[in-house]
Amino acid sequence: MDAAGIDRALTRIAHELLEQRGAGESVALVGIRSRGDLLAQRLARKIQELPEGAGRPILMGALDITLYRDDVGLAAPQPAAPVIHATEVPFDVTGRRVVIVDDVLFTGRTVRAAMDALTDLGRPQAIELAVLVDRGHRELPIKANHIGKNIPTARRDRVQVRLLETDGADEVMVEEGRDAVDA
Amino acid sequence: MPWTRKDLLGLEPLSAEELRLVLDQVKAFKEVSTRSVKKVPALRGRTVVLCFLEPSTRTRASFELAAKRLSADILQVQPASSSLLKGESVVDTARNIEAMQVDAVVLRHNSSGIPVRVAQAIRPSVINAGDGSHEHPTQGLVDLFTILEKKGRIEGLNVLIVGDVLHSRVARSDFWGLSKLGAKVTFCGPPPLVPAAFEGFGARIATRLEDVLPEADVVIALRIQKERMEEQMIPSFRSYARLYGIDEAKLARAKPDVLIMHPGPVNRGVELAPEVADGPRSVILDQVTNGIAVRMAALFLTISAQEPAASSKPAAQTAAVSL
Repeated sequence: MDAAGIDRALTRIAHELLEQRGAGESVALVGIRSRGDLLAQRLARKIQELPEGAGRPILMGALDITLYRDDVGLAAPQPAAPVIHATEVPFDVTGRRVVIVDDVLFTGRTVRAAMDALTDLGRPQAIELAVLVDRGHRELPIKANHIGKNIPTARRDRVQVRLLETDGADEVMVEEGRDAVDA
Repeated sequence: MPWTRKDLLGLEPLSAEELRLVLDQVKAFKEVSTRSVKKVPALRGRTVVLCFLEPSTRTRASFELAAKRLSADILQVQPASSSLLKGESVVDTARNIEAMQVDAVVLRHNSSGIPVRVAQAIRPSVINAGDGSHEHPTQGLVDLFTILEKKGRIEGLNVLIVGDVLHSRVARSDFWGLSKLGAKVTFCGPPPLVPAAFEGFGARIATRLEDVLPEADVVIALRIQKERMEEQMIPSFRSYARLYGIDEAKLARAKPDVLIMHPGPVNRGVELAPEVADGPRSVILDQVTNGIAVRMAALFLTISAQEPAASSKPAAQTAAVSL
């Protein structure tokens, strides 16, 4: 998946988000750090560029889910504390339809943690999920509402999303896993 | 650079980089206390023992809230109800607590160096909550974080620490943290209470408050402890207040944006006049608020940096690596 492919995928998701909302209804996007928050910002720009999205109120937030993970301290070969980034959701999520945005949907554990983090901030009317890539291999009953691209992978493969802002280029790469390494 | 220490025993052993890492993490933990649900599941299923063998109200309350906001379970050990009165050594008590499968021991003791010995003896994390006149690292971090939050930097600031430096573990932790991060530290107080030895570590020593107050960006007033009065180290509260107590008249010659700090509890009218303690330049209550976030960070970082329980034996570790 190259830069144009990522751009097309985000445009389509932006269209879908607008189609499912009434005229003038706000869009609340909460990205999972790090990269989901960047994708959420891009989605917000896309929405504003579309004719039906111009002037649409958009609420933005970013979640760090480290404190909600279920694998902290489990079998790390080099014991070290994870680095926590700020959670910034500067609007009240209660009563809103909130879209969680992430780069890759894999086991579903990150999304589970993000839903817990979000519901600790309030009681959203609904939580939706938008991802750039769905690579399969779910370990929890979680499904995305908006998917940029389905990429079939083997469980041991590594899917890497690189973005201009942090990695210098827009691309999605699948590296074939040599042995059973959990991504 | 990640955090890899299982214990937090003092600020002296930490590098500037480690201090900056902790202070950065405190910011993330402070946000948790602003939410409608002031709790994250990060330490769910972990047990933190609060072992305060010397009186403490705010530090113990602060650690208790910090542990609860991380979803840890807590066990309180107090001298009045513990076997320490029956002559058991602290290390033995700690080993027995360890045998109950706990994850962290927060320890306050009136002898310097006890937390270091306990940390060497047991696998759980040990956090020093004040040992004798040695260190009080979480209070030191509270002061660093509060200064950073209010001033935006630590490097290059003039920090004046006033009072009973000799007996103060807070003064020592503050000194190590501040000087590693590039602040200039001045100690000021009655000569018997301000050890000249600190000059060898790069601190400046002053006996006249009016000489050093005007240039200070931050003033940390230390508590005068009544028990020291019996040792005749200061003649009286009244004379101490006249020479070293900070009131509006003395502050008139200080920088208009000077921060007034105090680790608590304040002897009003001795270290600080009431109008200064409650005044616009006082950040004493911010220190208390920040204390919870600092202790959340300390508990989370140390417990997360432990050897995984299963891999504490070499054989199991090999298995974990070959995943």
